[in-house]
Amino acid sequence: MSEEILALEVRHVTKRFPGVIANDDVSFTLRKGEIHALLGENGAGKSTLMNVVYGLYSQDEGEFLVNNKVVEINGPSDAINYGIGMVHQHFMLVPVFSVTENMILGSEVTKGSSLDLRRARREILEISKAYGLEVDPDAIVEDIPVGVQQRVEILKALYRKASILVLDEPTAVLTPQEAEDLFRVMRQLTETGVSIIFITHKLKEVLNVADRITVMRRGKVVGHTTPQETDQKGLAAMMVGRDVLLQVEKTPAKPGEIVLEVENLSIEDERGLDVVKNISFEVRTGEILGIAGVQGNGQTELVEAITGLRDVDSGRVTLADEVIPFKKPRYLVEHGMGHIPEDRHKHGLVLPYDLADNLVLCTYYQQPFAEKMLIRNQQAVLENAFGLLERFDVRAPGPEVKASTLSGGNQQKVIIGREFSRPLKVLVANQPTRGLDVGSIEYIHKEIIKMRDEGVGVLVISAELDEILSLADRIAVMYRGEIVAVVDAKDTSREELGLWMAGAQPEKM
Amino acid sequence: MDDQQTSEEGSQSFKAWLSALWRVMAIPLAAVLLALVIGAVLLAISGANPFRAYAALIEGSFGNMKAFGRTLAKATPLIFSGLAVAFAFKAGLFNIGAQGQLLFGALVSAVAGFMIKGLPPFLHATLALLAGATAGALFAAIPGVLKAYTGAHEVITTIMLNYVAINITDYIADGPLKDTSGGNVIARTPAILDSAKIPSIGEIPLGFFLAVLASVLVWWLLWRTTLGFEIRTVGLSPHAAKYAGMKVAFTVTLTMVISGFLAGMGGGIETLGIVGRYQPGFNAGLGFDGITIALLGKTHPFGIIPAAILIGAMKAGASTMQFNAGVAKEITDVIQALMLFFVTADMIVRKILRTKAESGEKITLSGWGQQ
Repeated sequence: MSEEILALEVRHVTKRFPGVIANDDVSFTLRKGEIHALLGENGAGKSTLMNVVYGLYSQDEGEFLVNNKVVEINGPSDAINYGIGMVHQHFMLVPVFSVTENMILGSEVTKGSSLDLRRARREILEISKAYGLEVDPDAIVEDIPVGVQQRVEILKALYRKASILVLDEPTAVLTPQEAEDLFRVMRQLTETGVSIIFITHKLKEVLNVADRITVMRRGKVVGHTTPQETDQKGLAAMMVGRDVLLQVEKTPAKPGEIVLEVENLSIEDERGLDVVKNISFEVRTGEILGIAGVQGNGQTELVEAITGLRDVDSGRVTLADEVIPFKKPRYLVEHGMGHIPEDRHKHGLVLPYDLADNLVLCTYYQQPFAEKMLIRNQQAVLENAFGLLERFDVRAPGPEVKASTLSGGNQQKVIIGREFSRPLKVLVANQPTRGLDVGSIEYIHKEIIKMRDEGVGVLVISAELDEILSLADRIAVMYRGEIVAVVDAKDTSREELGLWMAGAQPEKM
Repeated sequence: MDDQQTSEEGSQSFKAWLSALWRVMAIPLAAVLLALVIGAVLLAISGANPFRAYAALIEGSFGNMKAFGRTLAKATPLIFSGLAVAFAFKAGLFNIGAQGQLLFGALVSAVAGFMIKGLPPFLHATLALLAGATAGALFAAIPGVLKAYTGAHEVITTIMLNYVAINITDYIADGPLKDTSGGNVIARTPAILDSAKIPSIGEIPLGFFLAVLASVLVWWLLWRTTLGFEIRTVGLSPHAAKYAGMKVAFTVTLTMVISGFLAGMGGGIETLGIVGRYQPGFNAGLGFDGITIALLGKTHPFGIIPAAILIGAMKAGASTMQFNAGVAKEITDVIQALMLFFVTADMIVRKILRTKAESGEKITLSGWGQQ
């Protein structure tokens, strides 16, 4: 029996961090020219494993084989020598450099003591032709779309003669169309003999593009499968360890009167660019308006303006018939606005504070948490925390642990518990499930729909089309600071929304 | 059974508390020890006997009641300036201007001490002290407002304002309010009236108890009031503070004002309890020492008291050391600088102690020019 030559084999790798086993006896094989999906929730250990493979961490036990030979990887330069290239979730590109300059960074081609940019440029053109990855070598990185930047990252790895590519959550920043493009590129690469490890937590993509699938849960490999043998439900159950509702059930919306109205809102950012251009929309009680759009099309600024965190140039916002001429957050808290911020670490939580303090972050000065608005009542703060942690199923040892010690899903539940525990008229949820696992997403979606059913007007902003589609009753698409379309969720499709998100003009309005 | 369990839990939480305390105190203690060891080496190199020198230092600071009283007198303004720096730290502000605020406090207390006449002793001293503290507060409001509403970095503005304070107080003490009695030519104000003096109880200056009381009040303010919650939130995460509806700019200003109030009170107590008038040079460095003390005390009000006593003891014992062991008293400044070095460069100490960074409330000072 002739043995197959494997591009990479991971044998019984264990990696421990103080208090946790990030990888527990993990084994898998990567065949030549295959796309192998590494699927798992956040914190399942996928990225740790790949960082071990890439030499950023060293394993405590286990070994790696490249082309069936045991190799010692003590750092990224070893990994590159063995033909392993990695494209991180956050690109490692210098924005003001050209594509060529970025490409050769770290392995510069020189002529004498100076850079030989002309030769580098020629080599890059050759590679991009050979792999069918088109880029303009002279373009400045910050000027090119995110999808092309990613292509530069991939070419960077290929330029370093990578035959094994590790792609860490590559579709997180892409539009659906850009993601399709990426998958096409991935298939092309495998035809030229490149092997790809595709890290993701998105089930659809895995079924779409992978040849084989390895599922991880809590640091362990829980199974190997192929797209032919399984479906989304099966994969989700493997990932979470129980059956999961991928699409939360909801009844048709019963929209009432307008509770949040935005009229002709325009915002200039710090650099003087128009990031929000003359936007108008309204949210009614008992409905969810979803704002879809690729990140960075003005959503952040729009939400900051509505929630009182940013000044605007013109336009007005009305909350429950009261014009809020850009009131401060304190006023909004007291008048029934709940806000799940986009960045839970920056805005949503004070990480060094314990959960009890975080749960009263907006109401610490009110009865019963403070007497005469001055002296804090520790007992009331603690009791409040006990109640909310239980009601919102936050998995934490107790109210006195620091917020920084919780997983992302539990941190988000703390924020939701805090915002939902006071009477709300409007809920603004910006990327409410970003970076969370399937189980937490299910829970948070259920809670948001419950809020809607209780008569709250909900505004959900998300770059994940799946999230918009499963939550929203009406959908607005934002592109370059404008709302290009508002449609009923029933009357549209993924494809149509994807096109609008990418800038196509809708025929009907 | 239940009782036993509770007491077990009690001793458990006491153990946890102790280990938490150790984690906080390990670095400052190690920094002090390291500084003393290196100081000993320097003493040996310069030809002195380090053991004799340190023995003299201890004798001069704790050797008898008088020495101890001197140590506490030295420590008193240092507690205030340490509190001032630490308090600003809690809101993410680095108040290097404690020195200037302290000078104004010292001067204004002196002015109130000799110009206001006919008040009963207790009232006069209180009024003079509050006048000094208010002067410090007002002077600190300048960098506070600049930081809060224009984003001017407080490190730059407070450093500059220190020079302003030094020159203005020098001028006043050498010009408009110069002591002209008995043909005096030294730059100094007239002596304060007896009714403005803060007395001592035996050898222990009353001001020391005021300083301890101030520490308790600062602790209460920071951890038991909504204002303290706002200040700490602004220090740990200005973005979250804004999100939570706190007035960040106002909180920053108010924090500087309170910080300046504390520094000014330190200067006032020095004038009313020790010096008895304002004389340029007598308060030199007290505000800057506050930075060392705040860091050595881990910016906690109760950590500042022992830190200030330590530095106060070195100041109190320096002369005895110079006299008994024949060592230049400047060596205590070197040791103090080394302590500051090791407590800020805590990576070095951690390497030696092999402990990890504590995960406590760590304040990130905002970057240059940021708001």
